[in-house]
Amino acid sequence: MSQTQTAVTAKSAGLSASHQASEFLTFRLGQEEYGIEILKVQEIRCYEAVTAIANAPDFIKGVVNLRGIIVPIVDMRIKFNLGQASYDEFTVVIILNVASRVVGMVVDGVSDVIQLAGDQVRAAPDFSSNSFDTNYITGLGTADDRMLILIDIERLMCSPDMALFDGGTVQ
Amino acid sequence: MDDLDLSEFHDVFFDEAAEHLASMESLLLEIDPDAADEEQLNAIFRAAHSIKGGSAAFGFNDITELTHEMETVFDRVRKGQMPLSPSVVDVFLASGDMLKAMFATRKDGAESVSPADVAALCERLRVFLDAPAAAPVAVAEPVAAAAAPPVEIAAPKAVEALPVLEIVFGPFDKTFNAEAVDAMVDDLRRLGRIEETTVVAQRQPGKRKPKPTERRFRIATAVSEAELGEALSFVADPAHFRFVDASTPIEQPDAAPVAVAVPVVAPEVEDFAPRAVIDEKDFCLFVDPATLPGNEPVPDAAVSKVVELKSAAKPVPAAAGADAASIRVSVQKVDALINLVGELVITEAMLAQASLQLDSALFEQLSKGLAQLQRNTRDLQESAMSIRMMPMSFVFGRFPRVVRDLATTLKKQIELKTEGEATELDKGLIERIIDPLTHLVRNSVDHGIESPAAREAAGKPAKGTITLRAFHRGGNIMVEVLDDGAGLDREKLLRKARERGMGVSDSMSDQEVFALIFDAGFSTAEKVTDVSGRGVGMDVVRRNIREMGGNVEITSTLGVGTRISIRLPLTLAILDGMSVAVGTEVFIVPLTYIVESLQPAESDIKTIAGQGAVVQVRGEYLPLLTLHQVLNLTPKVVEPHRGIIVIVEAEGRKTAMFVDELVGQHQVVIKSLESNYRRVQGVSGATIMGDGRVALILDVADLVGAVPKEYGLAA
Amino acid sequence: MAKTILVVDDSPSNRKMVQYTLKSGGYDVVEAEDGQDGLEKAIKQQAHLVVTDQNMPRMDGLTLIKSLRATSGYRSIPILMLTTESSDEMKGRGRAAGATGWMVKPFDPKRLLEIVRKVIG
Repeated sequence: MSQTQTAVTAKSAGLSASHQASEFLTFRLGQEEYGIEILKVQEIRCYEAVTAIANAPDFIKGVVNLRGIIVPIVDMRIKFNLGQASYDEFTVVIILNVASRVVGMVVDGVSDVIQLAGDQVRAAPDFSSNSFDTNYITGLGTADDRMLILIDIERLMCSPDMALFDGGTVQ
Repeated sequence: MDDLDLSEFHDVFFDEAAEHLASMESLLLEIDPDAADEEQLNAIFRAAHSIKGGSAAFGFNDITELTHEMETVFDRVRKGQMPLSPSVVDVFLASGDMLKAMFATRKDGAESVSPADVAALCERLRVFLDAPAAAPVAVAEPVAAAAAPPVEIAAPKAVEALPVLEIVFGPFDKTFNAEAVDAMVDDLRRLGRIEETTVVAQRQPGKRKPKPTERRFRIATAVSEAELGEALSFVADPAHFRFVDASTPIEQPDAAPVAVAVPVVAPEVEDFAPRAVIDEKDFCLFVDPATLPGNEPVPDAAVSKVVELKSAAKPVPAAAGADAASIRVSVQKVDALINLVGELVITEAMLAQASLQLDSALFEQLSKGLAQLQRNTRDLQESAMSIRMMPMSFVFGRFPRVVRDLATTLKKQIELKTEGEATELDKGLIERIIDPLTHLVRNSVDHGIESPAAREAAGKPAKGTITLRAFHRGGNIMVEVLDDGAGLDREKLLRKARERGMGVSDSMSDQEVFALIFDAGFSTAEKVTDVSGRGVGMDVVRRNIREMGGNVEITSTLGVGTRISIRLPLTLAILDGMSVAVGTEVFIVPLTYIVESLQPAESDIKTIAGQGAVVQVRGEYLPLLTLHQVLNLTPKVVEPHRGIIVIVEAEGRKTAMFVDELVGQHQVVIKSLESNYRRVQGVSGATIMGDGRVALILDVADLVGAVPKEYGLAA
Repeated sequence: MAKTILVVDDSPSNRKMVQYTLKSGGYDVVEAEDGQDGLEKAIKQQAHLVVTDQNMPRMDGLTLIKSLRATSGYRSIPILMLTTESSDEMKGRGRAAGATGWMVKPFDPKRLLEIVRKVIG
């Protein structure tokens, strides 16, 4: 049983303080491309060996063993009704490090890491999306011809309707 | 030489001070003011003294000041100049608390104590100093009785005449001159008030100044002549001094402490120079350094007379963990070590699993090696676990204070007994049991034990007893809180439950009725006093205990008393479990809950219309818990008689869990589900199996609790 | 060869400080946690200097000094009392017990080294 671990390397050389440009990991969900802060990404894995949790919401697939720690896996495609949720050897799981917790999310595919300068990001219009609540969208980025929906992934993962974390649970 | 940075020693000092404060508190609570043990008094003094010394060295002036006051007061107590009254004990306990707060400010950055509070406390301490030998409390305790027996002589009351001894030093010669007497007189000053009466001098031929031949002194002291003579013979040849008859007694305005301790030893003392050769403010040498040996030749192995001095009658209660043969290790290091051992266990399990496929004859060496590895790993694991084991005394230690304070506030008389303090428990559990246990003890004090009047009216002794007990049973630790108080009223509880709309019936067993106390929403009325601390209800207590992998049960007899029994696993990290299969998933059932497993006959299964099924086991009907239903899984086996029943005991009753099959029995390393996810109903944790997959550990108590409580059938 | 100093004090943090200071001065240090321990350790290994506190459980400083003076190997070894009590009375008792000298606590590490050097070089 192989484990493909692609650690996102130091392409992001500590740019968090920079206002000028930020680095984003871009990935695909359904028809759209999304971007999240690279610093929240711990690693990228393939999808395997998930242990289901009884009576959990359907978008929470279960938990996996990540080198000795137990990590919950969320399928974003199911949660936000985006396209077909299929699982094969190409299915990708992005392991996130948010709010001192480790969580994995299943996506359709990972694109690349890009830098977006301030002028490449526009505020998101107040469109009602059938996917993410616009509360979690921090802006729209353009790079080449692509439009990226930039998400505050930490806020999203910690929100109550993701049902991932207990409110007030000791970390 | 570089400037030494002392701050790295702060942590060691903080730990040490904490130990001193702890031992001081427990001694103060233990001590009987009327029959104070000398060694206990000394130990309390030393504790304050040590803290003072350390804090002075580190420049913690506020702490130094407070401990100095404490030390001064307690010095008087231990020397018998002051009785040890309950108010002294109270002030000292309060001072200990204040010190704890002061240390917390420095160590953890806690809020500073108000200087006004500190000043007030110092004032309270000073009050004792201003009233010399008089007892500050209405009860007049004779000073002599308060002081401890042996060595130290109790100082006599304020103004009293002491016997006077007259000493004559002389004749003087080359080995012993008049100046030498000064040093001796200095020594004698500590024994009493001394004054020179006469110097007899003789005119020497050819010399202008008369040479003294004799110097006479008078000393008012309680020390006997014989003892004084012995003390002097230390430093002077007995040929050079003698005692003569004393005449009028000297008035002794202050009662200076008198220490007689004249040792039995007869040393070959070096001839000391008459005065300190170097006498500076912070340093004093009695001998000319030039005369000191630069290099002492190492003597032969032969040990001559080693003076065997008897230690005090009662050995000093050791500060927790201050063993000479122990080392301090940070908790992180220990935890890291335990984690690594845990990983090793998992890896070993993986190897064991993988090797099952090998032909053991062909790979004999490998198989042997793996078997050996398994033994080694198990031993290592046991060893590592035991590092984290600490005696229950760590938990029990705080309760005398808790009970004392609370009983005083509520005007109840309560004695706290402890049993089994040496029982060991994993450090992580110890930390987590403290809060729930505190709540239970406070509850006992508050609601369990009745007021002295009520107790006497009921024919009980006015003083109630609460017992804390810890012992091993099976693979668990049992911690119990027992009281001889009012007990629980079953009918009252049932009534209350009905009032709150809880589903109860008269056919519930006593234990089930008592367990209602733990249900959320039940105890609210009792929390009015909030004496049971922090608004934490009994439901949280039970939840906390469950989360530790344990359980709590109550037994009680109305009018007689109550027993609360907590069961805890021996360790947080590793669990002995039975793995069971339900559908494609594997779950772990902790072995401590399992009574037995069997495959029932079809005829033993009965269905109760609209309520579920039961299984007959040796005449008993046990409710059937169908796991695949509860866990929403597709099972391989639907009929109980084709699957396996695992009979578990929890919440005071037995339940039959229906699973597909048993997979095996293993020791598993418990991994937290909640660190990255959340609490899941029916699941207490997770583990990693030999194949690297995650298996969930079932929370048996939780699952069983979901099964309906009543069936209308004989239990 | 480095000289050995026996440090006797029931406070671990004090012992550590003294040990640290003395070691930085090139001395070897043996630690003991009370008088009884100090006596045993002194006999086990000859020290060139003994530095002891006064207030300790089991056996206090004065008693230790008197016992050491009765022991072969320590009849004239320098013994320094390190104590917070700086009264003349205490000094007198120390000397009567057989102490070579006395130093007040809290001490300045440099001072301790100076004094130790003065005493045993």
